[in-house]
Amino acid sequence: MSQLHEAVVRDPLVLGEKTYHQITEDVCRPVEGKANKFWWMAFTISLTAFLWGFCCFAYTVGTGIGAWGLNRTVGWAWDITNFVWWIGIGHAGTLISAILLLFRQRWRMSINRSAEAMTIFAVMCAGLFPALHTGRPWLDYFMFPLPNQFGSLWVNFNSPLLWDVFAVSTYFSVSLVFWYLGLIPDLATIRDRAITPARKFIYGVLAFGWKGTARDWGRFEEVALVLAGISTPLVLSVHTIVSFDFATSIVPGWHTTIFPPYFVAGAIFSGFAMVMTLLVITRKVLGLEEYITVQHIESMNKIIILTGSIVGIAYITEFFIAWYSGVEYESYAFINRATGPYWWAYWMMMTCNVITPQLFWIRKIRRSIVASFIISIFINIGMWFERFVIIAVSLTRDYIPSAWAMYHPTFVEVGIFIGTIGFFFTCFLIFARVFPVIALNELKTILKRTGDQFLKRHE
Amino acid sequence: MSDKKYWKGIEELHNDAEFVRLKNNEFFEHLPVSEQLEKKAQANDVTPRRDFLKFMGFSVAAATLAACEAPVVKSIPYVVKPEEIYPGIANYYASTFWDGYDYCPVVVKTREGRPIKIEGNELSAITRGGTNARTQASVLSLYDSARLKSPMVNGAPSSWGTIDSTVTAKLSEIAGKNGNIRILSSTIISPTTKKIIEEFSKKYPGTKHVTYDSISYSGMIKANSESFGIAALPSYRFDNAEVIVSFGADFLTNWISPIEFARQYGEGRKLNDGKKKMSKHIQFEPTLSVTGSNADKRIPVKPTQQPVAIANLYNEVARQTGGMAIAAPDAGELKNEIMEAARHLVAAKGKALVVARSNSSAVQNLVNGINVLLESYGNTINLNEANLTKQGDDAGLKNLLAELKEGKVSALFIYGCNPSYTLPNAEEFNTALKRVELTVSFSDRNDETASNCKFICSDHHYLESWGDAEARSGHISFMQPTIAPLFGTRQFQESMMTWAGIGNNYHEYLQQNYADGWQAKLKDGVYQKQADGASSSIKFSSGVLTAAATGISSMQPVGGMELVLYEKTGLGNGNQANNPWLQELPDPISRVTWDNYLCVSPKDAREKGWNNNNVVTLKANGVSKDVPVYIQPGQTPGVVALAFGYGRTNCGKVADNVGVNAFAFARLTDNGMTYWSPCEIQKSTKDDYMLAATQMHHTMMGRAIVKETTLEEYIRKPNAGNPPVVIPVHKGHEEEILPPNKVNLWDSFETPNHHWGMSIDLNSCIGCGACVVACTAENNVHTVGKAEIGRSREMHWIRIDRYYSSDADPKEGVKPDTGQLKKMEEPSDNPKVVFQPVMCQHCNHAPCETVCPVVATNHSSEGLNQMAYNRCIGTRYCANNCPYKVRRFNWFQYDGNEKFANVNPAFHTNELSRMVLNPDVVVRARGVMEKCSLCVQRIQEGKLTAKKESRKLKDGEIKTACMQACPTHAIVFGDYNNTESELNKMWKPEERSYHLLEELDVQPNVFYQTKVRNVEPKES
Repeated sequence: MSQLHEAVVRDPLVLGEKTYHQITEDVCRPVEGKANKFWWMAFTISLTAFLWGFCCFAYTVGTGIGAWGLNRTVGWAWDITNFVWWIGIGHAGTLISAILLLFRQRWRMSINRSAEAMTIFAVMCAGLFPALHTGRPWLDYFMFPLPNQFGSLWVNFNSPLLWDVFAVSTYFSVSLVFWYLGLIPDLATIRDRAITPARKFIYGVLAFGWKGTARDWGRFEEVALVLAGISTPLVLSVHTIVSFDFATSIVPGWHTTIFPPYFVAGAIFSGFAMVMTLLVITRKVLGLEEYITVQHIESMNKIIILTGSIVGIAYITEFFIAWYSGVEYESYAFINRATGPYWWAYWMMMTCNVITPQLFWIRKIRRSIVASFIISIFINIGMWFERFVIIAVSLTRDYIPSAWAMYHPTFVEVGIFIGTIGFFFTCFLIFARVFPVIALNELKTILKRTGDQFLKRHE
Repeated sequence: MSDKKYWKGIEELHNDAEFVRLKNNEFFEHLPVSEQLEKKAQANDVTPRRDFLKFMGFSVAAATLAACEAPVVKSIPYVVKPEEIYPGIANYYASTFWDGYDYCPVVVKTREGRPIKIEGNELSAITRGGTNARTQASVLSLYDSARLKSPMVNGAPSSWGTIDSTVTAKLSEIAGKNGNIRILSSTIISPTTKKIIEEFSKKYPGTKHVTYDSISYSGMIKANSESFGIAALPSYRFDNAEVIVSFGADFLTNWISPIEFARQYGEGRKLNDGKKKMSKHIQFEPTLSVTGSNADKRIPVKPTQQPVAIANLYNEVARQTGGMAIAAPDAGELKNEIMEAARHLVAAKGKALVVARSNSSAVQNLVNGINVLLESYGNTINLNEANLTKQGDDAGLKNLLAELKEGKVSALFIYGCNPSYTLPNAEEFNTALKRVELTVSFSDRNDETASNCKFICSDHHYLESWGDAEARSGHISFMQPTIAPLFGTRQFQESMMTWAGIGNNYHEYLQQNYADGWQAKLKDGVYQKQADGASSSIKFSSGVLTAAATGISSMQPVGGMELVLYEKTGLGNGNQANNPWLQELPDPISRVTWDNYLCVSPKDAREKGWNNNNVVTLKANGVSKDVPVYIQPGQTPGVVALAFGYGRTNCGKVADNVGVNAFAFARLTDNGMTYWSPCEIQKSTKDDYMLAATQMHHTMMGRAIVKETTLEEYIRKPNAGNPPVVIPVHKGHEEEILPPNKVNLWDSFETPNHHWGMSIDLNSCIGCGACVVACTAENNVHTVGKAEIGRSREMHWIRIDRYYSSDADPKEGVKPDTGQLKKMEEPSDNPKVVFQPVMCQHCNHAPCETVCPVVATNHSSEGLNQMAYNRCIGTRYCANNCPYKVRRFNWFQYDGNEKFANVNPAFHTNELSRMVLNPDVVVRARGVMEKCSLCVQRIQEGKLTAKKESRKLKDGEIKTACMQACPTHAIVFGDYNNTESELNKMWKPEERSYHLLEELDVQPNVFYQTKVRNVEPKES
C-alpha cells in the first residue's frame, strides 16, 4: 500500500497477525471492558498513597513549612528535589511524541500516548512542589505578573524561579494540547463503538466531532507537526531553565555552567526510565505485548545508554572543573559530595545512574524485559538521588563552616512525595481505563509497513 | 473693590419676566418632587426587574458585610494623657540593673509607659555604656508570667495588710523573748537599704544580717583583709595592664564586674588610629571560658594545679624582682609556661595584673603577693576604691546554717538570694527552715526557697523599683521605676520599713539621702561622691605568704578526675533562668542552648569512649546526677566542668527542669565555698540526650573567614594576614590580576543621601553575646526553643560564630590536600579560638535580591538590603543563595502559637509578655523570611529627628542595637557618604579591614577588622 517499506532486517513493530479491526479491539478492550482485580488493587494502593500525601500536604499548609526537616542552612531539599525529578520524568513524553515524530521514528507510535499521559501527570506532580514549598502558598499568585493594586509592584524578571513559572506552565499547556490532539481520532473510535448513550455522549463531546475524513486527517497531521515543532525546543528549554535555578546562583555545587545540557540529558534519561517502568507493566496488564514489543524496549534502552552516559560524563566533568577552577569552595563541595556525611547519597546516584545503565551494552540485558524493568527502577531512584545530592547536599556545606548543618527529612515531606507518586499512578490507572493507551489510529498507519505479517509477505 | 458686575448668564443681563419669577426659587429648574410624592404616581411606579435585582444584590451584600465581625483591636486612648508620654515617641529613664549578681547602670527605653529595651548608661564611669547579655535580657524578666501577683501566706495569695499585721506581731513576739532574727541576703550595694536594715535591727535587737553570694568571693575578701587590712574587693584597671595573667578568672563574662572589665580589656586591645600596642593576655584555666578564648596564650590546668602554679609564679616573680621566696611544690609540666608568664609580667612591672578565680584566701594572698611585687597596686589595682558588688561572707553563712540546724533562729528573712537552689546542701537547709517560726522570702516568684517559706512578700522587679547602688565606693547610681507595678508586689525596702515602723515610703526615704540635686542625679542615673581625701597607701603584710604557702602545700593534686563548676555567659548564677532570651542565647564557647552539660576534654572522650550527647553519671561530694557529655576542646584532660544556673525546679515554665543543678556539687568548707572537687564518672545506660547547638561545625576549614595575624607581623606590615583578594583574568593572551570588584557584570546602586555600613573589629569582639540579646529585644526576634534549635532553626539576626583551630590546618597560603580536609574538621585539643559576629552583610550586589521572584528583598537607596515582609511568599531561595547564611525563615507561626508558649512568652497570646515588644518593628508571621535590617527603625528615627531639627544627621547619632550593647565597642555603624564618619576612618583595606568572602564580590556594606594576637613569633 505504501511506497515506504521497512527493511526486512528490521523486526516488526506489531507482532501477530493483526488486522485493523483487531488493533481496535485490542486497544479498546481496557476502555470498554470491566477493570480486572489487578487494576483495582493497584488503584486502591495508589489512591491510598495519594490520600496520605494529601493529608501531609494539608498538614503542611496548616502548620507551616516547619513540618518539614528544612533548616536555616538547607532551604530546599525534598521539595525541589521532587520538583526536578518529576519535571525530568515529564520529559520523555514530549520527547517521544515531538522529537521522534520529527525524526520519523515510527516505533514511537505504540508508546507515545502513555508517555505523553505520563508527562502530563508528572508535570502536574512537579508543579505542586514549587507551589507548595513557599511559606505562604496562598500568596503564590504574587509570582505571576498580574496587574495589581499594590502600586507599581511587579515580579522580578531576574529571578530564575520566575523563569520556572513560565517554562513549566508553557510546557504543561503545550504538552496537554499535544496529547489531547493525538487522542481525538481514538476518542472518535470509542464514540463510534459505544453502545450506551452516556458513553456515546461523553466520548462524542471529547472527540470534537471527528469524522475521520481525509481533510480531518490532513489537518490533524499538520497541527501535529506544528505542535511538534513548538514542543521540540520546549523539551530542551524547560530543563535548561530548571537548571538555571541552580546554575545562576552562587552556591558551590549549584553554580555550574554545565548544568543546562546535563540537566536535559538527565531529564530524558529519567523520563525514559519511567516510561520503561510504566510500559513494562502496562503491556503485561493490558495484554498489549504485541504492540509494545521487545524492540520498543530495546530502542528505549538505547536512548537510556546514550543519555546515561552523557550524565555520567557530566558528573565527571563537574569534578574536573571543581579541581581545575582552583576555587576552594567548589572543590570542597565536590569532595564533600563524594566523601562527606552524605557520601551514601552520592554513591547511590553514581551506582544507579552511571554504572547500571552501562549494562545495556549487553544485548541480552537490553532485550530482557525483566532486566529493563529492574534497571529502570534503579535509574528512577538514582535520578532522584542526583537531584537530592545537587540540591540538598550542596546546601549543607557551603561557604561559612559555622552555618553548616545536616538535613533530616520528616515523615511529612516523605508523605507528600509518596502522595505525588500515588497521584501519578492514580491518574495513570484512570487514564488506562478511559483513554486508549496506544494511539490506535496512528498505529494502523504503520501496520502494513512494519506489521508482522506484512513484513513476512515481502520476504 | 471693583465695581465690575458679573452676570450669572445672559438671562440675568436681559432680566426678563420669566427670569425674575424663577430667580426666587431655590432650584432654578423644576424638580418633579411633588409628582413623585403623589400617591397616584407611586401606585403606577413599578420597580423594573433590573432595579429589583440591583436592590436585592445591594441588600444581600450589605447584610452580609454587616454580619461579618470586624476584628476587635483594643486600643484605649489616654483619658488624661501623662505629661511626658507621646504615643510613638520613646522616653528614656536612667536606672540601675542589680540582681545580686550583675551590676549595670542602664538607660531604660519606654514606649507608651512600657519598658521595652535596656541600654547601657554612658555616663557611668564604671561601664561607660556597656552591657552584657543578662542586662539586656532583664527587661523580659519584668513581664515574666511566673512572677507572683500578690504576697503569699503559706502558699495562698494574701494581702499586704494581713501580712504586715501578722509579721509585725510575730516580730514583736520574737523580739520579746530575745529570739534570733536573721536576714539572709545577697550582696546589698544600696546604702539606703543598708540603712533600713540597720534601723530594722535597732527596732528588733536580735537581728543579724548575713550576706551570701551564690558565687562566693569571700576567700578573696578574707585575703585582702589579711594582706592589707582591707576587707573588700579592689577595683581593677585592665586597660592599664600591658600584661594580664589570669588563673581561671573569666573576667570578661562572669568574674566580679565583667561589663567593666570587658570594656577595659577592649580598650587595652584596640589597635585603632595607628595604635601599635596591645595588652598581652595569658590565661591558665581548667575549662575553656570566654576570657580564655580571647587570651593570646591559654594553658589548660587542673584545679589542683592552679594553686601550685600560682605559688611557682610567685616564686619566679620574686626571684626576678628580689622578693621573698616561699616553699612551693614543683610545678612539673607547667614550669616553662610559668617562667614565661613571669618574664612578661616582670617586664611590664607597674603595668601588669594577675587575677585568679579562687575562693581560697591562701591562693588569693599569693596573688596579692605577686601583684605587690609587680607594683600593680595603684596602677592596675585600686584598693581604695573597693568593688562592693561582692560582699558575701561564707563564714557568716556557715554560722547561720549551724544556727538554723540547732533551731536557734526564730525568724529568717531571705532577700535577693535563693539558698534552697544555690546551697550545696539545700535539703538540709530546707529541713532546718521548717523549724523556723517566721520565714519570709522576698522573692518575686514562688521559687525553690520561697516555696519553703511561710510568707512570700513578693518584691518588685528592678524596673518597678526605687533604689540606689554603690557598686564601687564613691560611685552611686540610681534605680527608678519606669512602669507602675504590674502586680500587687511591694518593694523589699518598703516591707522592711513598714515592719521597722519607719514609714512606708521608700521613695521619700531614699530622696532624703540625696537631697541636693536629686532630680539631676536621677536624670543622669549616676553620680560620683567627692573623694574622701588622698588615697591611703597600701601596706602588704608579707607574713600571709608563709601561711599561704603552707595552705597550698596541703592542696595536693588528687588522683582521678576533677570537677570544676563554672558560670556560663548566658545564665550566670541562674537568677534569670526563666528568661527565654538567655536560655536561647547560644553559649559563646559551645554554642549550645537551653542546657548545661558536662564538658569533657577530647582526650578523655577518646580514651573513655564518650561521645557528645552520651549520658554519664557524675558523682562528687556524695551527690550523683546524670548529665549529658559535651566534648569541649581546650578542656584540661582529667577535668570535667559543669555550669551553674540550670536545673531550676521552681522558677517558671521556661527554666524548670532545664539542665542539672551544679550548685549541688559545690562544697561549703571551713575555708568557704569551693567550686571544684574530685569526682567519679560512669557511663550511664540511659539513652543519649540531645543538646541543641546552633553551630555544628567548629573549624574554619582553612578558609580566610576570620583573618588573623600576630602583633609583630602587624607592626611590620599593617595588612599582615589580610592580603588583597584578587581574581586572575585574561587580557588578550596575558593574565591579569584584578580585584573582584573590577570583574563585575552588575551596575552599582546609587546612594545619593546616606550609605549605611558597619565595621566589626574582630580584635575587640570578645564573643560575649550582649549584641545577640540586644538584637532580640530590639527587633522582636522570636525565641523558638530547644527542639527547633536542634533542627538548626534559630531565629537570631546576629550570631557570633566561634571557630577553633585544627592541628591539621595548613599554613597560610597553602592549599590543603583532599585527605587533610577530613582532619581539618577536628579541632585541636587546645585550640586557638576566634569569634566573629555575623549578621546580614547588606551586600550592594546581593545574591538574595536577584533570586527573589517577587522582589520582596530589595535594595534601598541608602545601601540597605531590605525585606518587604508583606510581599514575601517564602520561597527561601534568598536564604539558599546567601553565602553568609544570615537569613531566617519563619517555619511556623511563632506569634501566638500555643506550641511555643513555654519558650516564646514574649510572643505568646499572653497579653502581659507581649508588652515587651518593640512597637516600631513588625512581628513576622509564618512563612516569611527575615534578617538583620541594620535597625532600620533606628535609622528612620534618627533621620526624622534630624529633619525636625533642620540639621544634618550627626555621625554616631544613630546606633544599632548591637553596637549600643557592645561593651568593647567592637561594632561601629555609620554612613559611608559622610567622609568624616568613624566608619570611614575604620575602612582601611590596606591595613586590617576586609569583606567577608570578598572573592564573591557581593560587595557587603559590613566589613571586618583582622584579629591580632599578641604572641611571640615562635608561638604563632
